[in-house]
Amino acid sequence: MNWDVETLSRIQFAFTIMFHYIFPPFSIGLGLLLVIYESLFLITKKKIYEKITRFWIKIFAANFSVGVASGIVMEFEFGTNWSTYARFVGDIFGSPLAAEGIFAFFLESGFLAILLFGWHRVKPGMHLFATIMVAAGSILSGFWIVVANSWQQTPVAYDIVVDYGIRRAVITDFWAMVFNPSAMVRFTHVIIGAWIQGAFLVMSVSAYYLVKKINVEFAQKSFAIALGVAAVSSLAQPFIGHEHAKIVSEWQPAKLAAFEGLYETQTKAPLYLFGWTDPDTRETSGVAIPGMLSFLVHGDFDGEVKGLEEFPEEDWPAVNGVFQSYHLMVALGMLFIGVTLLSLFLLWRKQLFTPKWSWLMKLYIPAVALPVLANQLGWVSAERGRQPWIVQGLLRTSEGISKSISAPEVMISLVLFVLVYILLFFVWLYVLDREIKHGPEHLSTGVEAGYHKKSERMDVIKPH
Amino acid sequence: MDFNVVWYILVGVLLVGYAILDGFDLGVGILHLRSKGDHDRRILMNAIGPVWDGNEVWLITAGGALFAAFPNVYATAFSGFYLPFMVLLIALIFRAVSIEFRSKEPGKRWRSFWDGGFSIGSIVAAFLFGVAIGNIVMGFPIGEDMEYQGTFFDLLNPYSIASGFFALSMFALHGGIYLNMKTEGELQKQVQGWIKLNYWIFVIFFVIFSGMTLYLKPEMIANFSFGKIDLPGNKHELVENHETMISVFAWTVVVLNILAIANIPRMLSKGREGWAFISSASMIGAVVMLFALGIFPNLMVSNLDPKFNLDIYNGASSAYTLKTMAILASFGLPFVVSYTTIIYWTYRGKVKLDDSSY
Repeated sequence: MNWDVETLSRIQFAFTIMFHYIFPPFSIGLGLLLVIYESLFLITKKKIYEKITRFWIKIFAANFSVGVASGIVMEFEFGTNWSTYARFVGDIFGSPLAAEGIFAFFLESGFLAILLFGWHRVKPGMHLFATIMVAAGSILSGFWIVVANSWQQTPVAYDIVVDYGIRRAVITDFWAMVFNPSAMVRFTHVIIGAWIQGAFLVMSVSAYYLVKKINVEFAQKSFAIALGVAAVSSLAQPFIGHEHAKIVSEWQPAKLAAFEGLYETQTKAPLYLFGWTDPDTRETSGVAIPGMLSFLVHGDFDGEVKGLEEFPEEDWPAVNGVFQSYHLMVALGMLFIGVTLLSLFLLWRKQLFTPKWSWLMKLYIPAVALPVLANQLGWVSAERGRQPWIVQGLLRTSEGISKSISAPEVMISLVLFVLVYILLFFVWLYVLDREIKHGPEHLSTGVEAGYHKKSERMDVIKPH
Repeated sequence: MDFNVVWYILVGVLLVGYAILDGFDLGVGILHLRSKGDHDRRILMNAIGPVWDGNEVWLITAGGALFAAFPNVYATAFSGFYLPFMVLLIALIFRAVSIEFRSKEPGKRWRSFWDGGFSIGSIVAAFLFGVAIGNIVMGFPIGEDMEYQGTFFDLLNPYSIASGFFALSMFALHGGIYLNMKTEGELQKQVQGWIKLNYWIFVIFFVIFSGMTLYLKPEMIANFSFGKIDLPGNKHELVENHETMISVFAWTVVVLNILAIANIPRMLSKGREGWAFISSASMIGAVVMLFALGIFPNLMVSNLDPKFNLDIYNGASSAYTLKTMAILASFGLPFVVSYTTIIYWTYRGKVKLDDSSY
């Protein structure tokens, strides 16, 4: 590998965005669940729902802060490492980013203050309103950033111009840019993926309590509602994925061909369940359903699907890598459907929380890692599948880098990010672990715990 | 007035908002290690607890707005300022997570570690903001292709370092004046002691730094001179046509700045905590506006050739985008103001710790 600015910047971007993307889906997913739990508290007035709401708020907080901290890097990395790209797309890509700040981040961060600290400060109705606003803000933020990314996948409503010696794309129609062909379907796909991830976190922690036989009522109620969200979301995902695939086949045929390991253009194109593609022999082997890909794309087993041979090899993504990440994501999606439907059935038969099925509960504890993985793999497929383009068909990734930075500089920043993020990741896990072990009974954060000497307390603040 | 000017003002508004609001968060961070004892440090951290996150959004939105409205400036500035900027990002990361994690564990070592992260993160961030402003005044080696041509060490010139210390003293003062509103009793007395010291440190830096600016970069007051001082290179027609108006406005800001600085000790001695804060906020707003007026209509000055300056025209997006985004922003900003008002109103008054505090 050539350790130049391009390679290092790609590694750095991949590393920082993948680390960041652990957190926002949890926030979006937990946000929805908090709205449900708190609404139930306001409707039923039952103490148990207050306990549930307040506990998950604490988990939400720890997660949100790392998301914000790692997110600020993303806002500026387009300028630091990809400045030629930034000049090229600024007219278009900058707008959704600015809109995200004005419409989503202010909403989210403002009401977050009430969500986190306002339980005793504001009326219950106002608190619920704040919770809804935070959840809505996180979804809106997802909307604008997916819009920006989708324009890179399916660019429309632009002109290429040269201003002051800079080649760039400018918007011709703002709303056509916002609702570009892949924007809405990808936005839905991302949000539902986030709901699955958030629901699996709640199920994981609840399953831990159930296996330990502590906080049983709390855990069962939390689990059952999260399970409902996870099951509905998992079931919806293949349909959206299907709509998405049709758009990919139309706008990014090379990407679809790589997803499916399709080298030759053919009718009755097969759909691989799993397999291996060899770029040297240009063959894909594995278990496939004949004609299924043609059917999914065209609704017709005889539909023609373009293979990679249609495109110059320099325009191909890394075929086997994309094939594997895409197929693993799909397999995980299928697993979520199976597991959540089985669990729903057991819940309906009042068997889910019985000792007979405790092995299933045990599996739910580590299972939270799977939707995280699936969401990551989805983005890896989307972004690597677009290569070698940074903006599909308009600008190559190699053309997008900053001209004024050097490889050693990027190496320094990359090492810094790796060190800091590893530290953050383990601290985050540690803090979550502590919160979970304290459990919902532990609502006080232990004022001044650990400071036993009176002189250190400086009890000079008189409460009113 | 065209939309390029509108966006210069809008980005300026976002940066003024950021400097005033996150300015006191940074200031509290700078002062944090000077308070002793767990209880006091919790009070300090919780004084900004509910609001710091929203305050940081002003910076993120300013970044987005710069990207949308002046992509060439966004691209040149951040790639040219690469390593200091990465350090800034890491400082802001530490500041953010330290606030969240500090009180999660009772252990003394755990808490001192995050106290350090919070304070050092704030100090580094405040200093680097100053260094960045200093470099904008001194100019960058920007070439014909709009790219930064210098090295990392060009960014560390004496003026910019002085600017870094100036920013540090300004935010430390502002943070103290904010804490004066949020604390009571002994702690408040302690805070007032810090303010007295920081005020004079700030005034000294202010005088030195203003003098350095006038001596090293007399061009900075061209827009204040009613056309008496000429900039090297061609004068922008926008400035040419509105010389009097721009200069009158600029002098108004200068007067406001001096009045605000003078008003701070007056209000403090009268015990008017809120008014002292308003004075301090006006002072910061005025300082940011003075820089903006000094370089207008440029956003980044090239010290190779004034022809290579990035201004509100060659740095900007297309007229259509500027117009569309201005309309969108005019829908959004009233909402932003209303959320901000609700939050500050909800958390008005002195800090009280409860079971959801940090």
